[in-house]
Amino acid sequence: MTDRTAIPDPHPLHHSMRQRRRDMSTIGLGAIAAVVLLFLYLPIVVLVIFSFNDNTVTTLPLKGFTLVWYQHLLANGEMLTAVGNSLHVASFATVLTILIGVPAAFALDRADFPGKNIFRRIVVLPLTLPGIITGISMLNLFRMLGFNLSLTTVILGHGTALVAIVVTQVYARLQRFNRRLEEASDDLGAKPWQTFFLVTLPNIRSALIGSGLLAFTLSFDEIPVTFFLTGRDNTLPMYIYSTLRRGITPEINAIGTIIVAVSLVIILMSVRLLRKDNEFDQ
Amino acid sequence: MNILEIEHLTKMFAGGVTAVNDVSFGLAEGEFVTLLGPSGCGKTTMLRMIAGFESPDRGRILLGGRDVTDDPPHRRQVNTVFQDYALFPHMNVTQNVGYGLRIAGVPRSEIATRVRESLAMVDLLDKATATPAQLSGGQRQRVALARAIIRQPKVLLLDEPLSALDVKLREAMQVELKHLHQKLGITFILVTHDQKEALVMSDRVIVVDRGRIVQSGTPAELYEHPESPYVADFIGTSNLIRATFVGNEDGHHVTAFGGKQIRAKRGIRSFEPGGGILLAIRPEKVLLAKLANATTWNHFSGTVVETLFQGNILRLKLALGGGESFVIDLPLQSPRDRIEAPDVGTEVELAVDPANVIVFASDGRP
Amino acid sequence: MRLATRRRFAWLAVLSPPLIWTLLFMIVPYTIMFAYSFFRKEGFSFIPDLQFGNYAALLLDPQYSQVLLRTLKIATMVSLAALILAYPLAYFLAFKVRWARLRLFLYMAVIVPLWVSYLLRAYTWKTILGSEGVLNSFLVWSGILSEPTHLFLYNQFAMVLTLTYIFIPFMVMPIYTALEKIPRSLIEVSGDLGVGPSHTFFRVTLPLSVPGILAGFTFTFCLAFGDFIAPALVGGPTGTMVANVVQSQFGVSFNWPLGGAISIVMLAIVLTIISISDRFERAGRLDLG
Repeated sequence: MTDRTAIPDPHPLHHSMRQRRRDMSTIGLGAIAAVVLLFLYLPIVVLVIFSFNDNTVTTLPLKGFTLVWYQHLLANGEMLTAVGNSLHVASFATVLTILIGVPAAFALDRADFPGKNIFRRIVVLPLTLPGIITGISMLNLFRMLGFNLSLTTVILGHGTALVAIVVTQVYARLQRFNRRLEEASDDLGAKPWQTFFLVTLPNIRSALIGSGLLAFTLSFDEIPVTFFLTGRDNTLPMYIYSTLRRGITPEINAIGTIIVAVSLVIILMSVRLLRKDNEFDQ
Repeated sequence: MNILEIEHLTKMFAGGVTAVNDVSFGLAEGEFVTLLGPSGCGKTTMLRMIAGFESPDRGRILLGGRDVTDDPPHRRQVNTVFQDYALFPHMNVTQNVGYGLRIAGVPRSEIATRVRESLAMVDLLDKATATPAQLSGGQRQRVALARAIIRQPKVLLLDEPLSALDVKLREAMQVELKHLHQKLGITFILVTHDQKEALVMSDRVIVVDRGRIVQSGTPAELYEHPESPYVADFIGTSNLIRATFVGNEDGHHVTAFGGKQIRAKRGIRSFEPGGGILLAIRPEKVLLAKLANATTWNHFSGTVVETLFQGNILRLKLALGGGESFVIDLPLQSPRDRIEAPDVGTEVELAVDPANVIVFASDGRP
Repeated sequence: MRLATRRRFAWLAVLSPPLIWTLLFMIVPYTIMFAYSFFRKEGFSFIPDLQFGNYAALLLDPQYSQVLLRTLKIATMVSLAALILAYPLAYFLAFKVRWARLRLFLYMAVIVPLWVSYLLRAYTWKTILGSEGVLNSFLVWSGILSEPTHLFLYNQFAMVLTLTYIFIPFMVMPIYTALEKIPRSLIEVSGDLGVGPSHTFFRVTLPLSVPGILAGFTFTFCLAFGDFIAPALVGGPTGTMVANVVQSQFGVSFNWPLGGAISIVMLAIVLTIISISDRFERAGRLDLG
């Protein structure tokens, strides 16, 4: 039975040559892509493998499976305190970024005011600005105001450095948001705060959660700003950093692996949330 | 007392654009009024000011006798059906329709009943739990309607509600909207650029051009007695011919173009003999002379330039004696009418009743 | 009319927290740092003054100017290397992967390393490149080397490698986004008009992806420029970058005015690069109407 949908190819030989050239470029690019991806994951794989390796030095050959580093980890009171501090800082910093970032994003999306351009550039600046500058400038400020360095100053530093993440994500979402929905809500009798909570917020949820999670993760891992604003209490990265300067201990591999696992969970969570919310995209 | 009174409404936007220019009109309760005009004429801005989404720079809006100019939308007893329907994507049909009642604090059981009634009125009960993403354009539009009427507003505003639908659906919805209006008895204000839509649905049409009201009246009034060339050609089509005013003669104006004298309908305006004027003649009012039997009709000739078959009519584009382009519509009762219609290049004799020739001043003003 | 003014006041209330925050924690600190950069160091205290000695030191004293130049060089190398590695990957994802599921999965695979601690990812290179590290032990075991070498670690090579590794995902993201946005019809039209695939790439695809390249390059350059962690971990004595110099001014060297001056110069460089990149990005923006 003839296939009525097949269009006869006017240049069969030419077509297969073109196809072969296209296949070669696909294979070539695919090879490069694979190499780069392997390169990206090599250190992470090394980290995970050596966290279970029965050897104080990270060198081949592998010696044997052990959980001893994880045990040392759980007994390391200093590190556990640092983890607690990091969680404390990250939570508060994330709340700050949302409380500051969401109004900023709304103002940039909807209001017109003098200096709007400058304001936008300044708010977004910390994304590309090396953290050291944010850290040092705020250190100067606190010193001048006579504040002692503590976890609070770290929280303020993280908030400043990370608010840009929430602003850009929420702003981008707001630009795609159909403002007629808010007008409809207004039209149907809802006061502004009701419209915000019943209509606007549910529709920008994905951007809010995504950027909040990202800010949390980055705060957890933050070093440059933290370095200059830390008082007596260490965050986890600061603890690891000071340990690294002294020498490599395999417990670092263990905590690293745990961080990798937790990060994966967070990413999967946020991807699932994002996919659910994308259905609402108008 | 009118349910809605607009007084000297003016709105200017950045860049010096005056969208609405000193507009005043009143609406009686239960009227179906259409604001008709081309894109950018200001009709949507007017609607949005009535709804409360824009603030007028000057003027007042009175709803039921009360000044609502400074009231935000949620305090006005006015509801809007948006052009893109603006259904809440994170709620299903029932939640969308019941939203306004929920905000008003109506008890849940009552909301359920009234939502069912509303959905029944727009014939959408079987989609009560669907989400907007699962509905077709026409269904979404009906949800938007149900959502707006459930709060029993004093005035219902519709912003080009049918523009996104295809032709057949649009025509069906026009009739349905009219029935809905009759059933509900509330005042409707519809905004559209489609003059056919305006004629079908409205009790009264307000024609808007560049921020001003050009003419207001029933569909028949606007069609048969346009007060300006603009309205003559915007509602339906009109040929607009430049001519010279000759004089008056027992109830008719006498005009001349291309060397011929044409008698026109006598209006209230007076014109200067020898002065320039515009004649408006609708294509369907012109017949082939051989088919016209009244001797009182005007006769003039033209050469066929193009024929356009439109199914129910044959539109002929002609060039008149003086080169002016002219359009006539020939009804097609049978295929013979089409086959025997004049070919391109033939010269034809045309006839039109003087009552169907309207004279306007040459500057276009009524 | 009163409704409009009421709305404007509401916006002012919404805007004030971020405005105050930006003022207090960004504008004021930069100003203070700027003022500090003119101070003089005498003994263990900093005397308020208006002198350019700190800036002069940075630009003229080879101890500092060399570090600055080295940092610029390394930042450029890192950005270029990341670009060269990231672009094919982004292109492959955007154009050669047919199934949307697979494309999303691979894209996430590129992004995931970003979420894993930066410190750890830099640190693992230390373990890999070290004389007792994975690379050396592999080379010795396989017979390529007779004994471990110190060539891999504590030098600029290690730093460029580490930083490139860190920034590849940051480069892939904007390039992929830019490539994805290119309407396939433009590329098809090019082929339809008789232009071969490589010409199409250089004439159509590449120019349209420039905004993504610029964004990734700017981001990578600025952050690599200001990094002090990679140099500290894997850079060794020859790998000191300008951020390390600043760091020590606020630490052991205890010269806050000098540190402030260097920071201001860094800030100025970053701002310049951002505005140059913005101008190019605006010029090359794809306007599809």
